[in-house]
Amino acid sequence: MSAIKVENISKSFGKVKALDGISFDVKRGELFGLIGPDGAGKTTLFRVLATLLNPDEGGAEVDGFDIVKDYHAIRERVGYMPGRFSLYQDLTVEENLNFFAALFGVKVEDSYDLVAPIYRQIEPFKTRRAGKLSGGMKQKLALSCALIHRPSVLFLDEPTTGVDAVSRSEFWDMLADLKQRGITILVSTPYMDEASRCDRIALCNEGRILGIDTPTDIVAGFDSSLYAIKGDNMYQLLLAARKANGVRECYPFGEAHHMIADAEFDVEQFKAELVEVKGLHIEPTKPSIEDMFIKLMKQ
Amino acid sequence: MSDYIISVKELTKCFGDFTAVNRISFDVQRGEIFGFLGANGAGKTTAMRMLCGLSYPTSGSGTVAGWDVMREGEQIKRHIGYMSQKFSLYNDLTVWENIRLFAGIYGLSKAETEKRAAEALERLNFSSERNTLVGSLPLGWKQKLSFAVATIHRPKVVFLDEPTGGVDPITRRQFWEMIYEAADGGTTIFVTTHYMDEAEYCSRVSIMVDGEVRALDTPARLKEQFAAESMDEVFRILARGAKRGE
Repeated sequence: MSAIKVENISKSFGKVKALDGISFDVKRGELFGLIGPDGAGKTTLFRVLATLLNPDEGGAEVDGFDIVKDYHAIRERVGYMPGRFSLYQDLTVEENLNFFAALFGVKVEDSYDLVAPIYRQIEPFKTRRAGKLSGGMKQKLALSCALIHRPSVLFLDEPTTGVDAVSRSEFWDMLADLKQRGITILVSTPYMDEASRCDRIALCNEGRILGIDTPTDIVAGFDSSLYAIKGDNMYQLLLAARKANGVRECYPFGEAHHMIADAEFDVEQFKAELVEVKGLHIEPTKPSIEDMFIKLMKQ
Repeated sequence: MSDYIISVKELTKCFGDFTAVNRISFDVQRGEIFGFLGANGAGKTTAMRMLCGLSYPTSGSGTVAGWDVMREGEQIKRHIGYMSQKFSLYNDLTVWENIRLFAGIYGLSKAETEKRAAEALERLNFSSERNTLVGSLPLGWKQKLSFAVATIHRPKVVFLDEPTGGVDPITRRQFWEMIYEAADGGTTIFVTTHYMDEAEYCSRVSIMVDGEVRALDTPARLKEQFAAESMDEVFRILARGAKRGE
């Protein structure tokens, strides 16, 4: 049985179609990522699945329960960490945790084994008000509160946005640990480089899903030849490469530019055409999730 | 006159007995794209506020766009461009009204505003959107317009605070092309980001840890220095040793 089953969900706000016929399944115990920029519909989808918002069309099941009919059962079974910090700022760390435990009718001690690896990191500050915590600590408290009732499914809406690269990586380590304990996790992120930490991902843009697969297979679907090019003046190189023969596309990609080539592209001819670009270096390269995302967006 | 648009020495900011920024020194040349990186809580925002004239240093010295960071905050504010991570144009004003508002704040004359607005709109292929409400523009266009507005008074240096957060990969790249273009035209860019691939686009990158600048060089030389494959790795090596959180 799927932990989450989404069938053809649409949701509009006025003229804006936030979700446009979204369907996917998440298996039990899977770490599933929704990868996409602002405006992709990620937050709306979480709100629908967390039973805070009804879809205009389509339906979904979470842990075997219908999101509209059985919303009570779902709320007992899911943990939800919204994108915006939504704990009580003027309660202490400890008070927030106790409060959420009380709401769900559980005792903190009963879930402590689950919460401990995360909560222990903020426990030294348990008498501090939540509003006075750093961003990283708030995130850990929010995750602790979302786990206090031992949910079978966890919804995490952009937990790593605005967080530095090291803290982001640590957060993904925590998720891997929770997955080991059998919790199904649906997590969204705008950072394409985090996709590889998921079992499967859905690439989302403007209310639609562009592709669903394992990160490896998503990249394997990239069927054009891709080159990485470098030069002394990267901006001049970008402009020159776009005009060269057999170049379909060229865009900045970290330390190199990525260039998609046609069948008639010839490396030697390319070098000859760009003879005025100093320090030109070209080599074939492997596509990443972000190359695939760009490609799918343009289709 | 020196070619340094930003030049600071031992810049320090204390809040009570907490030293948020601890004696940072660096120079930024005209036309450089200077990446200003750091872990959460490293002191980036505090440092940036001092450079933008929003907060006076506790000690140190330096100039931004030729004005003294210790005394001339008001002049600095007038002579730099700034784009915040949060979209800060007025959604219920049109494209043209936003430009006119910010041009007015920077003291441009009506005629000059008209001229520069026309140029900016032309450059962005925006001329037909002059009377469109900004709120109804797609995110990518808003970003580009924000940049145009932040540079409408032709500042020597523009500060971009996480300009591409949450933006789709295509728009993110279009935005960086705009930065390349501006730098190519001689505008100095001072930019913060959490995307490590964007650090690679910078001429030079500084990385702050615990209030100090721990590394500063071109991306290529930083990777060499830390024997790292990517800027992401360089950042991790440095930030992992951070003592303080946010």
